[in-house]
Formats: sequence, structure tokens, C-alpha cells
Amino acid sequence: MKLTNRSKVVSNKEMTLAEKIYLPAIFTGMGITFKHAVRTVLKGAPAVYSYPEVQKPRAEIWRGQHVLKRDEEGRERCTACGLCAVACPAEAITMTAAERTKEERDLYREEKYASVYEINMLRCIFCGMCEEACPKSAIYLTDRLVDVETNRGSFIYGKDKLVEKINERIDITERQSEKQKNAVK
Amino acid sequence: MDLLTFKLILVLALFLLSLTIAAYSTWAERKVASIMQDRIGPNRAGPFGLLQPLADGGKFFFKEDFTPANAERFLFVLGPALVMFISLITGAVIPWGKSLNIGGTSFDLQVANIDVGVLFIIGMASIGVYGIMIGGWASNNKYSLLGAIRASSQMISYELAMGLALLSIIMMTGSLDLKQITESQTTGKLWGVIPWISGMNWNIFYQPIAFLIFFVAALAETNRHPFDLPECESELVTGYSTEYSSMKLGLYMFGEYVNMFISNAFMVVLFFGGYNYPGIEWITQHWGENTAGILSIAAFLLKTIIGILIFMWIRWTLPRFRYDQLMHLGWKTLIPMALVNLLITGAVILAFAN
Repeated sequence: MKLTNRSKVVSNKEMTLAEKIYLPAIFTGMGITFKHAVRTVLKGAPAVYSYPEVQKPRAEIWRGQHVLKRDEEGRERCTACGLCAVACPAEAITMTAAERTKEERDLYREEKYASVYEINMLRCIFCGMCEEACPKSAIYLTDRLVDVETNRGSFIYGKDKLVEKINERIDITERQSEKQKNAVK
Repeated sequence: MDLLTFKLILVLALFLLSLTIAAYSTWAERKVASIMQDRIGPNRAGPFGLLQPLADGGKFFFKEDFTPANAERFLFVLGPALVMFISLITGAVIPWGKSLNIGGTSFDLQVANIDVGVLFIIGMASIGVYGIMIGGWASNNKYSLLGAIRASSQMISYELAMGLALLSIIMMTGSLDLKQITESQTTGKLWGVIPWISGMNWNIFYQPIAFLIFFVAALAETNRHPFDLPECESELVTGYSTEYSSMKLGLYMFGEYVNMFISNAFMVVLFFGGYNYPGIEWITQHWGENTAGILSIAAFLLKTIIGILIFMWIRWTLPRFRYDQLMHLGWKTLIPMALVNLLITGAVILAFAN
């Protein structure tokens, strides 16, 4: 039975004289490498990025480090419902919920908030399920790389690293679908 | 200037030249590889990465120099030293240029003008195997030993073909003296037909098959691709140099490049007219001995460097041979070919001598 059309019948045929001499094949091969060499010398190396100076552009929907969004008034959106943690296939997210007091009205949008919100970046597989699961549009993945750390403990990112700074809002509109954009309101 | 001073200066110059060319071969190797693979290659250390060999050397010195507990200490150190020593000493008999006239005396640009230069080089190349063999054995490691055995059996098999290919040149020249072999390529009509040009009567035009055999054998002798089986990573870790670290490994790798330089120089002497270039006699007569001498050095080095580049070109094009294919090629193809070539050469010389 043939599953694909790509299979080849193996043959043990004797090599012809031209193949036994090797030289024709060798010269063909050297011609190919020479062509590549000339092209690289004349036109520069194709598809090579000089890394520290030139960064390889990432796709627009590339999923990087997470951010916990604030709303227009600067209040944290997260209501600590735990749906992201449930949706997370790698079980990287943990959180503790707390109730906000009257004085904290302009800090948290909903009555409940996450007093602790941690993502273990070593477990995270950057699948984006948390983003999809969040009913409050609070968690998003950004185009940023996760920093390099020297010990395992540092990879557990708390709210200090996840919640966006009030003065440095992270724009994620490019990666939001129309449905998500409407849901934010 | 007396002869001894000149020879000492020449020895020092040759030493530095061999090391410099070997160092920059490592740079060139990476550049050649990169441009053939559509990459850029070393470009961080200095302009075009030209300081890369220095950086590599520095790194080699600062790495931990580790000797395995069960290694035979003396031989373990001797191995890489021997490889380097042998590679460097072979340069002594090669005529690097025509002659230079300093203070009214004419000096040959050859450290040791011995009658058996060819034998000396072949002999030294054979001793070079010992460096690898000793290193592999002293490591007390099965992979190293296997790598060393492969290296030595390969080199010994290819030496036969190499020697036989050489014999046809020696028959044509009637001498084992490298200076004389070079001189014989200066004058004469090509094939007795083509009009007389001085410095173009190269052996390659008479002995293309001998050259081909010699070239392949030289690739195998210097452990270059596609015959670098002693170091194949997939089967033997890195072969004879598995246990080596720091500058000892550096010497092995560096020795290979010096070897490549010397064997290309040897090839230039034997087949590409040595230091000869078109019009060498005219320039000697009209522009003086020193101009001709300097040009001859430049010509020699140019030919050698082109040879090195071709070695690299082959390395980055061809995949390795399988070990049995390598042995088949050596024993069943190259040696019979060389013998037949020798026979034909002998017949032709006999026919034309009478």
C-alpha cells in the first residue's frame, strides 16, 4: 500500500563509470558552492541578521511576556476570578484574591482583586489561553522577551513585573481582535 | 652579510611566515565557509574579523589545560609538540624564491639546499603520523586510539600513492633536489611545441594525472576533507584529540594548518613551477636580480595561497568519505593509477631520450 507519492524504491545498482570516478559530481558541487560564494561576496549574505545591531523582526501576533492591564483610569482590571489559571495548560498561574476596601476604589476596578498574582515563566508555554479565558480583558501577552535570569526563583514573576506601570502603558491593541477590543469597554 | 646571518634571518622569517599564514588560514577557513553558506562569518574582532586568530589564540591559552589521570604524561605532551615541530621543520628545504642579491653576494632563498629534499619532506610527513599516533595512544581513551589508528592507516596508505605520483616527477627531472626541480621548470618549450616562454614550463602540463593523484593524497595526508576521518565527531567524538584541551588541542589544530601551508608549497614546487612566473628571465636581465627575486617570492606565495583556498573550497563542498571507501580509493584506484602513470612516463622518457 502506498501512503504517499514520495516513497522511492531502493536500488542497489552498480555505479556507472562516471559516478565511480567521482570527479564530475565533485566539480558540479564545487560549482554550486562557488556560485554561492560569488553571490555572497557581490550582494552580501542573504537572510542574515547582524544580531545585536539588527534584530530579526517578530511576527505581529508573536506571544511574549505577559502584562496585567489597567483600565483608562489606571485601575487594575484583574478581578482574580482564576479563569486564566484554570485555562492554563501548563499550570503556570497562581493567585490569591482579596476584597478591596473603600480607599482602594481607584486602585482596582472590581470589588475583588488579586493580592498576589504569579506566573512561573519556566512553566509558561506562551500559548495565549489565559488571554482568551480572561473575561475582564486584564491579561495579555506582549511582544516583549522574558528577561534572562540567573536563578530559578527569579522566573516566578509577581505583580511587580506583570502589572503595567501607570506611566508606561503597554500598547497591545495591535494584537487584539475586534471582539476583544469591543469587550474591553 | 655572511651566509650564516642570512640563513638565520631566513629561518626566522620562514617561522613567522608559516605561523602567520597558518593563523590567517583559520580566519580564511571560516570566511570561506561562511560565504559559501550565505553567511557573513567572523566580523567582530577588528575590521573584517581580522583579529580573530589572536582572539582564538588568547582563548586557547586561558582555557583549562586538563590532562586525564591515566594518560601517559610525557607522551601526552609530546604528541602535539611533535605535530607542530614536524610541520614547521619541513619548510626548511623548500625554495621560497629565486635569489636575493645583498651587498654583492647572491643568496638562495632556501634554508637547507640538500640533495634529497623530496625524500626529506616525504620522510617528515611520515613522522608527522607519530604525533597523532602518540597523542591518541597516550590519551588512554578508546575513541582517541581508534581515531589515531584511522589517521595513521589512512596516512600510510595515501603516502604510497603520493610517493608513486612523485616518482614520475623525479624521473622527468632526474633529481631529488627541490631547487633543481624548480629550475627545470624555468625554461623549455611546452610539450616541445608551444613557443618559448620562460618560467611557464610547469610540470602540471606534463603530468596532470600525477598531479591529481598527488593532490588527493595531499588532502588525505593533511587530514583535510573529504578525508578527515580521524576526527569524525559522529563516530569517534573528535578522534585522536578527544582528551586534549587548551593550547595542546590548539597545537594539533594549528599544526594541521601549518601542514596545509607546507603541503601546498610542496605542491607548488613540484607541479606549478615553484617560484617561476612568466617572463622571469627577462625580468632578471632587465630589472635586476632583486626585483626578480622579490617577484618570485610573491608568485610562490600567491600560488600557495590559491592552493590553500582550493583546499578550503573542497572542504566546504564535499561530504566525508566512508572509511572503507577511503581505503578503496587509496589502494584500488590511486595506487594502480599512479603505477600506470609511472609506466607511461618511463616509456615516454625512454622513447624521447633515444
